[in-house]
Amino acid sequence: MSPKTLYDKIWDAHLAHEGEDGTCLLYIDRHLVHEVTSPQAFEGLRMANRKVRAPDKTIAVPDHNVPTTAGRENPANMTEDSAIQVAALDKNARDFGIHYYPVSDVRQGIVHIVGPEQGWTLPGMTVVCGDSHTATHGAFGALAHGIGTSEVEHVLATQTLIQKKSKNMKVEITGKLKPGVTAKDITLAVIGETGTAGGTGYVIEYCGEAIRDLSMEGRMTVCNMAIEGGARAGLIAPDEKTFAYVKGRPHAPKGAQFEAALAWWKTLYSDDDAHWDKVVTLKGEEIEPVVTWGTSPEDVLPISATVPAPEDFKGGKVEAAKRALDYMGLTPGQKLTDIQIDTVFIGSCTNGRIEDLRAAAAILKGKKIKDGMRAMIVPGSGLVRAQAEEEGLADIFKEAGFEWRLAGCSMCLAMNPDQLSEGERCASTSNRNFEGRQGYKGRTHLVSPAMAAAAAITGHLTDVRDLLTETA
Amino acid sequence: MEKFQKLTGIAAPMPLVNIDTDMIIPKVFLKTIKRSGLGVNLFDEMRYDRQGNEIPDFVLNKPQYRETEILVAGDNFGCGSSREHAPWALKDFGIKCVISTSFADIFFNNCFKNGILPIVLPQEAVDVLMTDAEKGSNARMTIDLENQTVTSSDGDVFSFEVDSFKKHCLLEGLDDIGLTMEKAAAIDTFEAAAAQARPWV
Repeated sequence: MSPKTLYDKIWDAHLAHEGEDGTCLLYIDRHLVHEVTSPQAFEGLRMANRKVRAPDKTIAVPDHNVPTTAGRENPANMTEDSAIQVAALDKNARDFGIHYYPVSDVRQGIVHIVGPEQGWTLPGMTVVCGDSHTATHGAFGALAHGIGTSEVEHVLATQTLIQKKSKNMKVEITGKLKPGVTAKDITLAVIGETGTAGGTGYVIEYCGEAIRDLSMEGRMTVCNMAIEGGARAGLIAPDEKTFAYVKGRPHAPKGAQFEAALAWWKTLYSDDDAHWDKVVTLKGEEIEPVVTWGTSPEDVLPISATVPAPEDFKGGKVEAAKRALDYMGLTPGQKLTDIQIDTVFIGSCTNGRIEDLRAAAAILKGKKIKDGMRAMIVPGSGLVRAQAEEEGLADIFKEAGFEWRLAGCSMCLAMNPDQLSEGERCASTSNRNFEGRQGYKGRTHLVSPAMAAAAAITGHLTDVRDLLTETA
Repeated sequence: MEKFQKLTGIAAPMPLVNIDTDMIIPKVFLKTIKRSGLGVNLFDEMRYDRQGNEIPDFVLNKPQYRETEILVAGDNFGCGSSREHAPWALKDFGIKCVISTSFADIFFNNCFKNGILPIVLPQEAVDVLMTDAEKGSNARMTIDLENQTVTSSDGDVFSFEVDSFKKHCLLEGLDDIGLTMEKAAAIDTFEAAAAQARPWV
């Protein structure tokens, strides 16, 4: 048998039909659904008198537009259009008989945090959701990617997707990370290297010692941003950490079934001589804590750097850099650590898991945020929130001056009341620094949770390693 | 779905690279439960000021580009979110074709589901068409999907590649859920075999 990549293996195991023209139907094991990209899909089913083919494999949770403040179970505390979308999801979940976690359920949260937490996401699965950050689930060695609403409807009706196979790309991070450097820095550094279109047409497999050393939470952070590099999906071969994370979760297999699953999961790795269409290698020990300076996730620099000038770029990027500097209100040559911050946001499907909150708490313990700073922590799920309270992290955040919110997408995309105002500058653990992403004319610098916490204390973008030395 | 066969229309130049889906349709307009009516908010934050007045410099606000049906855009058009509201907004405005050197994957797929043809051409060809688009409404481009060509107003012809299945669906205006449901037997067979092989799923 010819050698295969992990992606090849998962693809082959889910190929339900291949047409003469090479068009494939890929079977979908898990379909995650949220309130913003699904109403039109369910409406389409109703109009065509179609059912959900596999309601047991379909899981819905509202996350994008729900407020993260108390009292949100009452629709009167939501904007009217948000309430309509949430009510539509509620009704669709009921009418079509799919699994559902309403806002009142402690398990509610960001769909990409709830899926793994509840054991819906397992190695070797195909996972889709009408959300580009579905790549998160790739951390389990699942083939996971975002789809549009028409494809949501297609999966609801047929449990398959029409697909062409992507190419294979290997991203290897060798060696060890230095203290203060995290999964977020890895994933941003990779995008800085490849650009936001560098992964277009590929499925990325992340590998190497620095990836193996990451926890499951860290691996989810890395895969989450595969889409920002343009890739269809990002994945990491499952290992003992993966199996240990999965075991005992509510929807994970139990007993003999777990053993049977485990036997298959252990075959899920890329063969030694598998073919790669593209290989990118970064040295883990050379990655520094990074920040974004512009309005594209590829605008990445080490925190020790200075703001670039448009002339530093080539082609269409020159104009884009000019526009970005103007939008961000930055001057070429300015030290990144001199950039003053108004707001800190810690949360999102990129960095809203317990380990992210622990990393932030380690920096914030016994400290206060800068006077006038607006700072919020939004746990990725109700269960992450409960765990953080149990571990005493919530007290650290509150004492430092952070707002301690309920679970949701919050300021990552500002479809809810959590938004930046015009010109407000935010150090954010989210995934996109696009114009207007966090609010009209809001300015976003993407960072890790530790870096966000450091900026909250000092009031400017800060090399978290300086604070580590202080506390050491 | 509406068929896409041949189109002759006004093309607007948008040379900015990495035009993302938040620019195409800001999230405040995602709170709809319909697919229609988004055209008025296409490129909203670039097109209007905070009072809702048109920004005269923005290309689609210029008199010669108000009837635009084709966009010629910078690299990596449509990057970012999976929101299908982006092609819905383009379609609702009247744009049926976007030409660039590259597109983000999900946006690219979403276009085909909505009767919009995204065309990938090499940089040199996009440069020629960008210059052509800058001529305004006197310069009309022709897109011929059957023959897979773009013809500039000066008669330069560029051939493009398109997936044969996607081409077929666009030309005929086919709903691909219906097409897939014709293969229900194959899905049934696969599902039964998969349930045996991986009963834990």
